[in-house]
Amino acid sequence: MGNFTLNSITHHSSPSRSAFIGVHRRLRLLFELAFNVKADKSPGGFRYIGKKRRTKEDPRFVMGRGRFVADVALPGMKHVALVASPYPSARIVSIKTEAALRMPGVRYVLTGEEFCAATDSLAIGVDAPKVTRYALARDVVRYAGEWVAAVVADTRAIAEDAAELVEVDYAPTPHVNDPELAVKADNPLVHPAHGSNILFHRRFVWGPVEQAFAKAEHKLSLRAVWGRSSTVPIETFGVAAQWDPGLQILDIWASIQMPKFPDQTARALRLPGNAVRVHYDVDVGGSYGGKRGIKHTVLAGYLARRLGTPVRLIEDRLENMRGGDAHGPDRIFDMQVAFDRDGTIRALRIRALDDVGAYAGRAPLQLGKPVSAICGPYRVTAVEYEPTSVMTNKTPQEAVRGFGQSPTNFALERTMDHVARHLGMDRIELRRKNLLRKDEFPYRIPSGSTYDSGDYHTVLDKALKAADYPALVVERDKARRAGLLAGIGISTCLEPSGGNSAFEPLFNPKNDTTTWMDSCLVRVDLSGAITGVMGTSSAGQGHETLVSTVIGEILERDPADIRVVRADSLSALPSNSPVGSRMAIMLGGAAAGAARKIKEALIEIAAHNLGCTAESVEYQEGNVAVRGHPQKHMAWDELIAIAHRKYHRMPPGLEPGLQAKFVWEVPTGGALPTADGVIQIYPCYAFETHIVYVEIDPATAKPELRKYVCGHDCGVMINPDIVHGMTYGGIAHGIGAALYEKFAYTDDGQLASGTFMDYLIPSALEIPAITIVDHCTPSPLTTFGQKGSGEAGYLGAPAAVAGAINDALAPLGAGIETLPMAQDDLWHVIQGARSARD
Amino acid sequence: MSETLYAIAVDVNGTRRTARVPARLSLVDWLREELRLTGTHVGCEHGICGACSVMLDGEPVRSCLMYAVQADGHRVTTVEGLAHSDGSLSVLQDSFCQAHGLQCGYCTPGMLIAAQSLLDTTPRPTDEQIREAIGGNLCRCTGYQQIVDAVQHAAARLAAKT
Amino acid sequence: MRAGSVGEACELLRESGDDVKLIAGGQSLVPMMAMRLTRPGRLVDINEIAALKYIAIEADVVRIGACTRQCVLERDDALAARVPLLRQALAWVGHVQTRNRGTVGGSLAHADPAAELPLAAQVLDAKMMLRSTAGVRSVPAGEFFVGPLTTAAEPHECLEEIRWPVWSGRRTASVFTEVSRRHGDFAIVAAAAQIALGDDGRCARASFGLSGGGTTPLAFPKLAARLMGTRLEEAVVQSVAHDAASELDPGSDLHASAGYRKHLAAILTARVLHAAHAQARNVK
Repeated sequence: MGNFTLNSITHHSSPSRSAFIGVHRRLRLLFELAFNVKADKSPGGFRYIGKKRRTKEDPRFVMGRGRFVADVALPGMKHVALVASPYPSARIVSIKTEAALRMPGVRYVLTGEEFCAATDSLAIGVDAPKVTRYALARDVVRYAGEWVAAVVADTRAIAEDAAELVEVDYAPTPHVNDPELAVKADNPLVHPAHGSNILFHRRFVWGPVEQAFAKAEHKLSLRAVWGRSSTVPIETFGVAAQWDPGLQILDIWASIQMPKFPDQTARALRLPGNAVRVHYDVDVGGSYGGKRGIKHTVLAGYLARRLGTPVRLIEDRLENMRGGDAHGPDRIFDMQVAFDRDGTIRALRIRALDDVGAYAGRAPLQLGKPVSAICGPYRVTAVEYEPTSVMTNKTPQEAVRGFGQSPTNFALERTMDHVARHLGMDRIELRRKNLLRKDEFPYRIPSGSTYDSGDYHTVLDKALKAADYPALVVERDKARRAGLLAGIGISTCLEPSGGNSAFEPLFNPKNDTTTWMDSCLVRVDLSGAITGVMGTSSAGQGHETLVSTVIGEILERDPADIRVVRADSLSALPSNSPVGSRMAIMLGGAAAGAARKIKEALIEIAAHNLGCTAESVEYQEGNVAVRGHPQKHMAWDELIAIAHRKYHRMPPGLEPGLQAKFVWEVPTGGALPTADGVIQIYPCYAFETHIVYVEIDPATAKPELRKYVCGHDCGVMINPDIVHGMTYGGIAHGIGAALYEKFAYTDDGQLASGTFMDYLIPSALEIPAITIVDHCTPSPLTTFGQKGSGEAGYLGAPAAVAGAINDALAPLGAGIETLPMAQDDLWHVIQGARSARD
Repeated sequence: MSETLYAIAVDVNGTRRTARVPARLSLVDWLREELRLTGTHVGCEHGICGACSVMLDGEPVRSCLMYAVQADGHRVTTVEGLAHSDGSLSVLQDSFCQAHGLQCGYCTPGMLIAAQSLLDTTPRPTDEQIREAIGGNLCRCTGYQQIVDAVQHAAARLAAKT
Repeated sequence: MRAGSVGEACELLRESGDDVKLIAGGQSLVPMMAMRLTRPGRLVDINEIAALKYIAIEADVVRIGACTRQCVLERDDALAARVPLLRQALAWVGHVQTRNRGTVGGSLAHADPAAELPLAAQVLDAKMMLRSTAGVRSVPAGEFFVGPLTTAAEPHECLEEIRWPVWSGRRTASVFTEVSRRHGDFAIVAAAAQIALGDDGRCARASFGLSGGGTTPLAFPKLAARLMGTRLEEAVVQSVAHDAASELDPGSDLHASAGYRKHLAAILTARVLHAAHAQARNVK
């Protein structure tokens, strides 16, 4: 890479440990005081938490009674189809809409000229004000598939027919596809006003990197490439918008998983925040990070107001793949590692070049989140990290499960495997040597995050045992003797969780956001029934089950009887949405906080009526009795009645009714990065180790995954079935990224894999049976010791599969460091190795 | 461009439904938009993801690849037709709940159709047979493991009943 | 429009010219329409023509109605006994949902160069019976598949029946195999072979073919002839497989390069020949 003149800052740092440990310890103390938490954090010590329980959500879905956005029918609703650019880069010369407008049933054709003047550019996560973004192109198109016009009609079919009649005259201009070219001058600029294609670049140096490289006995470098894939849920993004002129409110129903969604929608539409009401009781058909349809929503919202009718925009699959702006990381890692002959890793240099596409929202920050676990689960005291986010004429990226951590884990694990091979050392032994030990926690990594807790060696051992590793080695060697290529892959990876998105101010100092709260309201009604209220949407993570289980745990009442509803954005408490594996921690913590307030109120009412202090009564399953005098008690029903109806028996100062809200800031959050880029990012660190066995028929080059074991430690699991489910799913998704899925581009900038015929999502026949073995190292920072786990599986699977494939190729003296490792690529590698030998 | 409408009569979940539909209306759109049976979902509209699977005369087909007019005279079963007539869940549906064989629920109706069809013909399927039966139904949430477990659970319960 | 008989279908085809297409299972046609790659003004639905749904087992041929569902073919044991290659090929065709609706005639008329049933038709030299208002004509598979998604059927003709030859030899076996990216995907390369051994254990009859290697599925009668009289020794099989692969001119696409396809062609040809041979030897 060349020298950069934009945003290029080099820092050397000797960060002070005490400041951050101090914050950490203080927060923990405050937390424990606030909650009087002496909760037994072992899985066995809970009443409902950690037990196998059916979820609240499953019944409606098996009945076919989910309510997805396409199921929302608004009277008079009109439908949108998009006109998309066929060129990766072009000037829009003219747009003729007359023929389309003449078609019966067509209501409107909107172009960028009107739309971009009437709305504001969408938010971007880095400091690049000239890189503006709208749902419709104005004057130029920057990627093939970019939306140029929106047709609104009585039916989607008519809208699609009419979209074909919109005549757009383009003057194609040169485009750039290759990120390594795009960073260099003298290549086409995607946003000329920005001055270069580099959206973000910084070089962080944490610890004595140069010295470590100078002193180390060995060094090696490698390139590892993470191909462009994404979450690609089975449900595409969709939004329905309705403007009520009487109330002056824009109602939004969307398949959404996005922080600050109502706020950004309002801002772009130039509406006050309280004029947008997002309905979170829409079931989201899978998201895994990617359903951030802010451009679709602003478009639909604008049309709804403009036309005075409800408007629905549901992506068809091609619109989703090409123009939905939900591609994932597309990253080239150049790694350097310094290590000693005994395998001790001394230092890492990580360069990451990520092709973010033609526009950006939060996606560049996917280079920032991995700062929270930049050296993985290993003891490395010197790390240099140089991320670059570059624009090309491709579909823009959006968040993908793990927000950049999985590509980074892949690069780290490939590096470890290379080190092991270089030294002739066993890959597991190398990891054992460098993995942090149980007694080293809390452990602060050079970039400033403290890992809260972990017992990596035990999880590794459990996984090896479950895989019967020695037998697996025998099986592999036997397969090799029989002429197959066979390999075992191992990865040991972290899942940072909790969603303290401090990479926002890290990557954009002008954005001094440090608040990452979530909240919950609990109410007990007149009949004694309990309801929890949450203020965000869910895409299968089981939040209703989470919240009801937590409330039930605190109040000692059966979660089966606890209902969880979702408030809309106007009546909801603040939320930052389910991102960064944060909900078990944050929503769980908020629900617990609210439930505890209810419990305290009940205790106070009882104490007042029993004529004693709160300290001298005991709460049990909603009933309160004087300690040592069980006959002096008050039952749940009586307490509820007093709270709701009998003000004359209420303790002074206590609000009537029985409802409480709790808003919780993320643990360890609240600080800004130092000038050297040192900052605590996510609070809790779950850990996974994957062991994969693959066989490749050398003649056909087709890999078959024959065994898959995952050791997983996310602290206390609130609902094991839910956690396991997401882990299996994450592994499947990771296998897809490793072997099958790719958004491939032709030289002339066309997306070649825009349908499910070419973008290959693994079926039940590609995903093997998976065994998960659990371990629990509770987090000291959370209510019940839970860590987040929504991104589990995906964060370690690609690394392990890559390790297995490379182990299989090793006897040929060959390797492959680019994902996905498709059959054709494997065949080329195998052929290349063979002819090199012959 | 006025569209000719064709009269159709289709047995949907045990009830005879009549309608007048244009030729180009797909079966899935008719079920969802006209009959408001929104349990069947659209994922790709080109016959790969299986989210639109319904039973046609008792066998799973992709309703996005059929036109409503083609269902005339036939029997269609959607996810809404899998429960018992008293509304209680079928053994398979209940097993999906017991084994948590779903998360977001979007692919679930198609999975249930495919799995129910398998159990109708193969009472004690192997894991391999289950994966083959749901091989045309893509899921992004579950990694398929708990779905396979759910079908096995249902198979065992059905076998115990007989 | 729904046609009640094949005669009616042919009438409709003749009247409407180029703007009409037949729709049977729709498993290939409808995705193309959804992606707007083909836009017939009208569809003639032949799914309900009972007269086109049959499996008629005769002495040396099996006649199958074009609208017979693939799943029906798959389950028919009598058919599997006479023309085993069909059940073997069908195991690779799509998924359960595909085969429940797809028809044998539909797959053949669609003529995807990587599809399984067209390959089986080539290897067995099946005969396509094409009906129009002018009558019926028979076209052998080798002449039927003309190019990618292109057959010798005229726009006004309807594929009515397919005739699959039955090999009479006792020691006959067939094998179908395929390499694809995922289970049920179109083949990168598929190979099929049918071998009959004489009482002397030598090859009395052989046929094999490949799909995915060119613009149509291909049979290799001249190369197969080289197997006659041999015991399919390694050297003979390798030579035939190598030469078959050399005849191919496959394209490269997202999923497989031309080189990989040619390589697979040779590998899979050898495999199916050896496997068919081994199975034929084991017939008691």
